[in-house]
Amino acid sequence: MNFFERIDWDWSFAAEIMPVLARAVIINVQATLLGFVIAVTVGLGFALWRRHPNRWVSYPAVFVIEFIRSTPLLVQLYFLFFVLPLWGVRLPALATGTIALGLHFSTYASEVYRSGLDNVPRGQWEAATALNLTTRNTYLRIIIPQAIPITVPALGNYLVAMFKESALLSAISVVEILQRGKIIGSQTFRYLEPITIAGIVFLVLTIVSALLVQAVERTLPQQGVPLK
Amino acid sequence: MTLWITWWAGVLALIMAFVGGVAKLSHNALARWSAIIYIELFRGTSAIVQLFWLFFVLPFFGINLSAVLAGILALGLNVGAYGAEVVRGAILAVPKGQYEAATALNFTAKQRLWRVLIPQAVVNMIPPFGNLAIELLKATSLVSLVTVTDLTYRAQILDRNSFGVQTSSIYFLTLILYFVFAVIITLLIRGVETRLSTGRDRGRA
Repeated sequence: MNFFERIDWDWSFAAEIMPVLARAVIINVQATLLGFVIAVTVGLGFALWRRHPNRWVSYPAVFVIEFIRSTPLLVQLYFLFFVLPLWGVRLPALATGTIALGLHFSTYASEVYRSGLDNVPRGQWEAATALNLTTRNTYLRIIIPQAIPITVPALGNYLVAMFKESALLSAISVVEILQRGKIIGSQTFRYLEPITIAGIVFLVLTIVSALLVQAVERTLPQQGVPLK
Repeated sequence: MTLWITWWAGVLALIMAFVGGVAKLSHNALARWSAIIYIELFRGTSAIVQLFWLFFVLPFFGINLSAVLAGILALGLNVGAYGAEVVRGAILAVPKGQYEAATALNFTAKQRLWRVLIPQAVVNMIPPFGNLAIELLKATSLVSLVTVTDLTYRAQILDRNSFGVQTSSIYFLTLILYFVFAVIITLLIRGVETRLSTGRDRGRA
């Protein structure tokens, strides 16, 4: 207690702003979950694009993935936020932010899928060829179903990472928890409580979701689908 | 400014990575637990939250950091926490026989760590450190939010000054610049990796 007294922490103020911040974190959760749906679907698309047998098709994929992956999400957010309207696409800030978040992490997801797809034994491909399956059917019915379970833990970790990064949406005027904390701070001239609480909320939710991912990981079949 | 912050935050991150990684392996419970708390604290929240905390909250404790210093500290500590896990993993990946041999030769714990384990572990740390360096480069864009005129902030100023006529080209060029820096980092890291691993191959009997 002594420690908090010395640094002038106001418990009643903290209790007062708590519900406001709790409402704001729902925005983070929304952006994260929707963004994750984008990331896992677009990511799979990227991964398959990159595996295309024709080099002229697959090399651009490598470039696009590396480009999105090694440039800052913040600048990508600005880019979409300021440039999309010029192209006649008018979206609310939250939608733009969710798309940017999803697109950014889709490149990370595509790397995860790539290792998952590469890990499917070659014999599965040969068997599918022997059975006269089309490439499309081989992917949809043989390769992808076996590759997915291996990717779940890594994708889960990116879900947690996306939740943390959703704080960046504050930069394009989305009133999520960090932005709400900043607004409270500028109105009351007390930044200590709102920003600290926002940090603690992130910390707690991140740790909880990381534990959830671990729990899911344990329930997964260790060897993929028993097909061999 | 972007490169300057990347460099100094990188130096800080490297120091914190070794301190944190070694401390987490320590037999001393105090050192181990401080390392665990440090790592979890900085990995559990994003760099932007840490940066805002240092920049907006610390003044209430009477500590006024300049925006640049807050940026270097927040990013360095953040990336350092991830680096600490890399260091720990790499040290644990050194074959157990090396540890036993060093003990058998009566090395002190300190000698065993710095002369036997870490020199071998460093080679394995390089590729993940390269990824972290790129993450760090990307994260420096956050300092624009606390008024540091880095590449990102400069782009915003340019955009405002040109009354939004050049918006798409300005931001696209910014992305390209970051990409070029990232490619340079990748090449540098690859060079370091080749140099270090050739030395290792020569040493192998």
